[in-house]
Amino acid sequence: MLRMKKYVRQIGLGILSTLLVARVANALDFEVVGTGGNQIPVVIMPFAQENAYAQLITPVVKADLTRSGLFKLVDFTPAQTPTDLNQIPYDELTRRGVMAVAIGTVEPQASGVAVVKYRLVDVAKHEQIDGLALNQPATQLRRIAHKVADRIFEKLTGDRGVFSTKIAYVLKQGKRFFLQVADADGYNPQSVVSSSEPIISPAWSADGGQIAYVSFEAKKPVVYVQSLSTGNRKAVANFKGSNSSPAFSADGSRLAVVLTQEGHSQIYSVPAQGGPAKRLSQSNGIDTEPTFAPDGSIYFTSDRGGSPQIYRMGSEGGAASRVTFEGAYNVSPDISPDGKGMVFVQNAGGRFRVAFMDFASRQTQLLTDTSHDESPSFAPNGKLILYATQQGGHGVLAAVSSDGRVKQKLTELAGDVREPAWGPFTGR
Amino acid sequence: MQGLKLAGSLLLAGLLAACASNTPQNGAGAPVENRTASTDTSTNQVTDDGKMAQVDLDKQNGDEIANLQKGSVFFDYDQFTVRDEFKGLIEANAAYLKKNPAAKLLIQGNTDERGSREYNLALGQKRANAVKEAIEVLGADSARVEAASLGEEKPRCEQATEDCYAQNRRADFLYQGK
Repeated sequence: MLRMKKYVRQIGLGILSTLLVARVANALDFEVVGTGGNQIPVVIMPFAQENAYAQLITPVVKADLTRSGLFKLVDFTPAQTPTDLNQIPYDELTRRGVMAVAIGTVEPQASGVAVVKYRLVDVAKHEQIDGLALNQPATQLRRIAHKVADRIFEKLTGDRGVFSTKIAYVLKQGKRFFLQVADADGYNPQSVVSSSEPIISPAWSADGGQIAYVSFEAKKPVVYVQSLSTGNRKAVANFKGSNSSPAFSADGSRLAVVLTQEGHSQIYSVPAQGGPAKRLSQSNGIDTEPTFAPDGSIYFTSDRGGSPQIYRMGSEGGAASRVTFEGAYNVSPDISPDGKGMVFVQNAGGRFRVAFMDFASRQTQLLTDTSHDESPSFAPNGKLILYATQQGGHGVLAAVSSDGRVKQKLTELAGDVREPAWGPFTGR
Repeated sequence: MQGLKLAGSLLLAGLLAACASNTPQNGAGAPVENRTASTDTSTNQVTDDGKMAQVDLDKQNGDEIANLQKGSVFFDYDQFTVRDEFKGLIEANAAYLKKNPAAKLLIQGNTDERGSREYNLALGQKRANAVKEAIEVLGADSARVEAASLGEEKPRCEQATEDCYAQNRRADFLYQGK
């Protein structure tokens, strides 16, 4: 078991203390608490001349790959930093069992631009597997490093990397609530909403440009949609009673929400800009927590059968079929990006844990060994699940791989963290 | 539950006190007007100095609202029916709504912290709905009563104990306007 800690803290008061909300300056802290079985042994050589900038590339790439649990970062410091294929010490790397090596350079240009070049090389074949040259403002070095890590991840595992994506979560500090958006590694947290009343259920639009959430600022739950770039927000479901649990349709035109127009909580569809609501679910009980599958169908939680279970209905609502049968409390579904399975929270004996169901086999596997799990959310590559849990009476975020083997904890240093939602892929 | 019952009784006592408080504000003057005729037995004290007391109806209603808003209906675990012990509180709210045709009531349902936040929001809605129905049965105008849920988001007590959970399984009353 590999234990790694605290490489994600130096974000600083230096940068963020200028913000009004300096207390939110702490980044999330990552800790890998379990790793996959077959790790790919790699060496990430120091990027030549990266010391020209305070923001280094190499440590970010290494941290990303380590955190995924799928790589063994072999420690290797060459006498001279290789910048070309013929300078790589293949024999030494082979002796250490290294499969692939990354090399790179950082070239400062005039007007604040940096050219970052990276190559990934197959150690056995002495062949380049991947290469990239990026011409970007030097303020974007951290983002470039995540992009390099994404490329390495994809070339060596076959799955798209999620290191450049973002996560949203709710932070409670004292009596204030903050809707935070941060890089997937917990860096660069930004408060996009702050309030003295609770905020829950953030949900991303498919293009990553908007976020929907429930705010209690009106002394009752109302659904808002907010543009992340402009901060413009609009109440899109503010009907009499409660308005909650938003989920964007894939094309971003509509939201599934939960309203109480008929008294009990039912699932409706509203335009993403607000407008009349159309009822989708039809039961005499509670229907809530709608989430879209890639095929447009809607999975949701309902107690129509006597206990809360997960059901599925078509994109236009109507008749529903029951999906979960084991146990008396199965809630909070999130469908995998490939549509082949779902994660949800199962309560067994007072322990609320994240479980994964494979739709083809209907087999369910518990993924976590914690007890207060909530709000599981798939990474856009389907390989990791972010969820909220508790540690020492504090709300923390954790991540687990879809096979349950790799586990990470993300702790906010001062406050309760909850309601995570992993953002989509954006751009290529 | 003893404590909760006691709280309920105190609240009713408070309501009675509020009803009886139509006395002159400074205790020295004479009342100009008293619109709640049924409670006027204590208000006919005429004093010698010629000063007359003023009854501020806004403040009076404000006090009554404040007293009503102190009350909560508590629920058993996984239950959504209003227990008999809260009958007095329900009646007081229904009476206030009937007496004040402009008053609007928001009933906020709450749950304990266990389980999904959104599912708990739906459970809190069931509690708010139950209280709304109980008030409407007594003749209150349903258009002026709104039932919404705060789920587990506004706990009155934040420890993971059964006592705490019991305090959080409740419905509160919030008046808008007068």
